[in-house]
Amino acid sequence: MSVLSELKVGESGILVALDLRESVQNHLMHMGFVPDALVTVLRRAPAGDPTVYGVDGMEIALRHETAAAIRMRPPEDIAIQSSVNAGVTEPPEAVQ
Amino acid sequence: MSDCCAPAKFVPPPSPSPAGVLKTVVLIGPPNCGKSTLFNRLTGLRQKIANYPGVTVEQRMGLMAGVGRDDLTLIDLPGIYSLDPYSEDARVSINVLRGKMPGTPKPDAVLLVLDSLHLTRQLMLAAPVLAVGLPTLVLLNMSDLMEARGGKIDSLKLARELGAPVAQISAAEGTGLDAIPLFLNKQTKRSAAKPLALPVMGNAESAHIWAQQVSRKTGYRAPLSAESTHKIDNVLLHRFWGPLLFLLVVLGVFEVVFSIGQPLSEIFGDFLTGLGELARPLLPTGWVQSLVLDGVWKGISSVLVFMPQILLLFLFIGILEDSGYLSRAALIADRVMRAIGLNGKAFIPLLSAYACAVPAIMATRTIENKRDRLATILVTPFMTCSARLPVYMMLIAAFIPNTYYLHGLLGLRTIVMLGLYVAGLLAALATAWLLKSSILKSSETPFILELPQYRMPTLRSLALRVVDRAHIFLRNAGKIIVGVTLALWVLAHMPVVQLPGGAYASPQLADSLIGRLGHFIEPAIAPLGFNWKIGIGLVSSVLAREVMVSTMGTLDAADPATRSLGLETALQHDLSLGGALALMIFFAFAMQCTSTMAMVKRETNSWKWPAIQFLYMLAIAYGAAFAVNHIVMAIVG
Repeated sequence: MSVLSELKVGESGILVALDLRESVQNHLMHMGFVPDALVTVLRRAPAGDPTVYGVDGMEIALRHETAAAIRMRPPEDIAIQSSVNAGVTEPPEAVQ
Repeated sequence: MSDCCAPAKFVPPPSPSPAGVLKTVVLIGPPNCGKSTLFNRLTGLRQKIANYPGVTVEQRMGLMAGVGRDDLTLIDLPGIYSLDPYSEDARVSINVLRGKMPGTPKPDAVLLVLDSLHLTRQLMLAAPVLAVGLPTLVLLNMSDLMEARGGKIDSLKLARELGAPVAQISAAEGTGLDAIPLFLNKQTKRSAAKPLALPVMGNAESAHIWAQQVSRKTGYRAPLSAESTHKIDNVLLHRFWGPLLFLLVVLGVFEVVFSIGQPLSEIFGDFLTGLGELARPLLPTGWVQSLVLDGVWKGISSVLVFMPQILLLFLFIGILEDSGYLSRAALIADRVMRAIGLNGKAFIPLLSAYACAVPAIMATRTIENKRDRLATILVTPFMTCSARLPVYMMLIAAFIPNTYYLHGLLGLRTIVMLGLYVAGLLAALATAWLLKSSILKSSETPFILELPQYRMPTLRSLALRVVDRAHIFLRNAGKIIVGVTLALWVLAHMPVVQLPGGAYASPQLADSLIGRLGHFIEPAIAPLGFNWKIGIGLVSSVLAREVMVSTMGTLDAADPATRSLGLETALQHDLSLGGALALMIFFAFAMQCTSTMAMVKRETNSWKWPAIQFLYMLAIAYGAAFAVNHIVMAIVG
């Protein structure tokens, strides 16, 4: 069990839950941050924060404290992951 | 040509939908999916489009002349993610869709635009929109791009799943659009309500599960995301190169505006003067010639001269907006924005304020937090808008030597100009910090920013922006500047004096009404290094900043001491170096724009905020100009 902000650039995880205010949670879910979604850390902003995440084929930037409220689990846990996110390709970025 | 535009792909509606005779059609969809591009196609109008979410912040209406249905009104709406309003612009869309927007007709049919590159997520909006119960055509936009990148969708199956017709289109290329009139022609007779087998979605999670099921059943395969975006971002968002390139881009824009814009502007100026001289013999000598040529024409042409620079600036801002770089700039700037207590999203309106504060203030509607939004509105006029450019250009050309440093790479004039831009930016940031740490304190709203894929700006859209801007510039010159110049000329020639011989003549400029008014306010501005003519310019430029330039043109033409001089030499007559620098700083900080004040009033629903803003900015401008004048005087002597 970890949170999104702990993942390193290039790592992926499966979203478990969002511990955020309901309005924020709703907004994030409409942008693809739903339970069981595969989230990949794409890059950090030049200042180190915010971080750009790849989810559902989109690139969304979040600040550290928001990402710290998103609970994740490792991607190996679940086998259907690839089918749930079928076709959504987020090539992992090389760590700079 | 891709096969998406073949009529065979159009899926006819399964059953006629409930509607009377159609009058109003509404365009709805998630942000940045191409609604405004489609709106422009269908109406033949020119709604602003760009490549970032939140370009459209209010509803726009137009007749669907582009598809030969000018009996129908089309409404373009701000993008929404769901039918829960979370920001001001989304609230507008939802109210219009539900027919609850005062002054906007109730829609009879809906065109739901979805971006086929991200269809699964975009489908989450389909269920609540279809549940509103209006006849709806689902348009899968950018389907040419989706297919080119290896994506796939069975639109027939999708139509069956949604219980609504589906068409694949490309708004940018204009393909597949024949589905729209086909759909609209069918919606003529009132009929029984169609059954809708869509689940009622309680929350976002269930909506997403439903969207995933639908996209799986319809064989949707998302296209590969463009590798180029990753590669470009590897450089533009690089820890070291990213911010450096950002600075270089800004510097480069100014350098080009100067080095290409200046010669163009000189040629244009000669042309305008020549035009005036051509007309001289056609006009009766005496006061008519003086009014038309030395008054109005001189005033207008002194501002028009700067059109090449302003259009170049708009071209560059257009490239930044259309390519998708603006969101990256917001990402780079978030750290600074957060230090002053603002959301990184506020950076997008602030950046577009470099063109003009009026649309920038409207663009703040995308900021969810009300206090953040007000703080952003209040600091936006500090950003250096294009109307300041003619004033800066005029003063820099007259007072700053054209010397170059770094082997001719960086000009002193560019440095001064950049300094003025930085001064405005710093004033905006400092004021925002002040506001956010006092009266507009609020809990932080999370920063959620979508980074669109890079797109090559199309020549068509860039050309349209530049042409539109030229239009606005000419219209302003036609309205405000002609009016002000006429008034100035009349005031400068009143009251008429009787000469000893009994003939009538204009008074000495200092004795004219304008001269008396100028001398009346002179004591207040003398400490800033300004004479009475500059004072008149400051008063008239409250209407719009560029009026300063035309006022100086008219007054210097009316003043015997400067009549024979060009505008630049005439200014050297009116101002010391200290006064000139003070005047530039004054313009960097002062709120001299009635359109901006009217917009602030509209967006905050009270005259209180524009009044506070005007006085605050005036105080800072006065203080800074005073300091600059005295410091320069102390150094230069």
